[in-house]
Amino acid sequence: MSTAVQSVEPLVRVEDVHTYYGKSHILHGVSLTVGAGEVVGLLGRNGVGKSTTLKTIMGLVQPTRGSVMLNGHAITGLPPHKLARLGIAYVPEDRRIFRLLTVMENLRTGLDRKGVTEETRKALLDKVFAYFPVLAERRTQAGGTLSGGEQQMLAIARAMMLEPKIILLDEPTEGLMPRMVSQIGRIIEVLHNEGISILLVEQNVPLTLRASQRVYIMEKGNVRHHCAASELDVNDTVIKQYLGV
Amino acid sequence: MRAEASLDSGSPVGSRGVSASPLLKTELLSVKFGGLAALSEVNFQVARDEVRAVIGPNGAGKSTFFNCLTGVLRPTGGRIIFDGEEITGLRSNLISRKGIARSYQITNILPNASVLENVRIAAQSRRHAWNMVSHHGAFADVNARAESALQSVGLLAKAYELAANLSHGEQRNLEIGIALATEPKLLCLDEPTAGMSAAETNETKELIGRIAKDLSILIVEHDMEVVMELCHRITVLHYGQILAEGTPQEIQENPRVQEVYLKT
Repeated sequence: MSTAVQSVEPLVRVEDVHTYYGKSHILHGVSLTVGAGEVVGLLGRNGVGKSTTLKTIMGLVQPTRGSVMLNGHAITGLPPHKLARLGIAYVPEDRRIFRLLTVMENLRTGLDRKGVTEETRKALLDKVFAYFPVLAERRTQAGGTLSGGEQQMLAIARAMMLEPKIILLDEPTEGLMPRMVSQIGRIIEVLHNEGISILLVEQNVPLTLRASQRVYIMEKGNVRHHCAASELDVNDTVIKQYLGV
Repeated sequence: MRAEASLDSGSPVGSRGVSASPLLKTELLSVKFGGLAALSEVNFQVARDEVRAVIGPNGAGKSTFFNCLTGVLRPTGGRIIFDGEEITGLRSNLISRKGIARSYQITNILPNASVLENVRIAAQSRRHAWNMVSHHGAFADVNARAESALQSVGLLAKAYELAANLSHGEQRNLEIGIALATEPKLLCLDEPTAGMSAAETNETKELIGRIAKDLSILIVEHDMEVVMELCHRITVLHYGQILAEGTPQEIQENPRVQEVYLKT
């Protein structure tokens, strides 16, 4: 199904996860996998549990049942900073740019960590500045002064500073102009070529079907459909049923 | 019963008199946040006894629209006419007294009060200040109305429980009960089934269908099954403007609406 070699264990495996916010039961037994180097789309309308699935993987909310595995090891319940060190990066929907820090300082929040040699540091910066020349241009500018699309690039670039195995991307195209949307599509391709896995939460159906190898469709806290992205077309009834009107 | 008549005529079965005028009407309603037009020149009408959905993708302006109607937000342009009276820019407490009630996306109850007390406070808001003479009668009346609101949302049996002890679905329904206790002519429901299980969603859907017999309802909702089954008409907002309006079938067949939802 995916282009990746069939390995014993996927990079990330979410198994029968139940998550609550207070009394509200949000995830009703979500299971999904993301293989090494794979881009997986997670589609669904507002409020079906897509972001909560990402937050559960990232340790931002604790599931009451079920497990999250990374390379076959249970990581359920680990705090986010530990998960970041294990190679999971998260780009939230609201991007969480440090508005008063410069672009460079924002990037350094992912760079100034133990074990990063001067060469790695330079290589990582060179790489993101090559991919996102606009960030190089604006490296001394405050994050809060960037446009929405530039902030999204900065958020992704900052995630790349962690040299992650997987990036959890929450609606990267939300609120962006069409031109920026196609640029985000290209960035996902770049990350994919780098071998980084991506779990992509989106409402933009064409982009998700283009960028992903597999897609899951959620409704009411459950996965309702799962297939290869190539099997789906924007006009399919399953798309209309779960995402259209 | 269904209000698919033209926009100028209300449903003929209005329980409140013979008026054929719409219950709610907005004219060129606009809200600007700085340079961003969250709502632009929205002309909108709801007939008496109509159930109307307002749908649209994220950021379409649905919550802004609700906030204007309920006085949470002051529009920067246009007018809102409710029951023949202009209410543009009135504060939310005054709008509530005119007969528009609202439930929120996020549960808004008093967790440490009983279920009955939660609705009784809302029922009391409909009475004038305490009067020593009429005190007793007024109290009974408030209780009666609170109980009838609880009955409508199926929570009468739990009247004396602490609101905090209700399930999530019951708490959401309690919110609707609180809104009902103010005896509104128009009830605005903001994502009433958000965060509910499929079973709870079904119950709430039935509940809304029941109470819809006596008042007009405006619903913002992402669950299309709820929208299509409950609503007479649907208004689709997109970038703060009305993209389409029609019966559920008309909206489902509208290619522009599908495009906007799937971002094709």
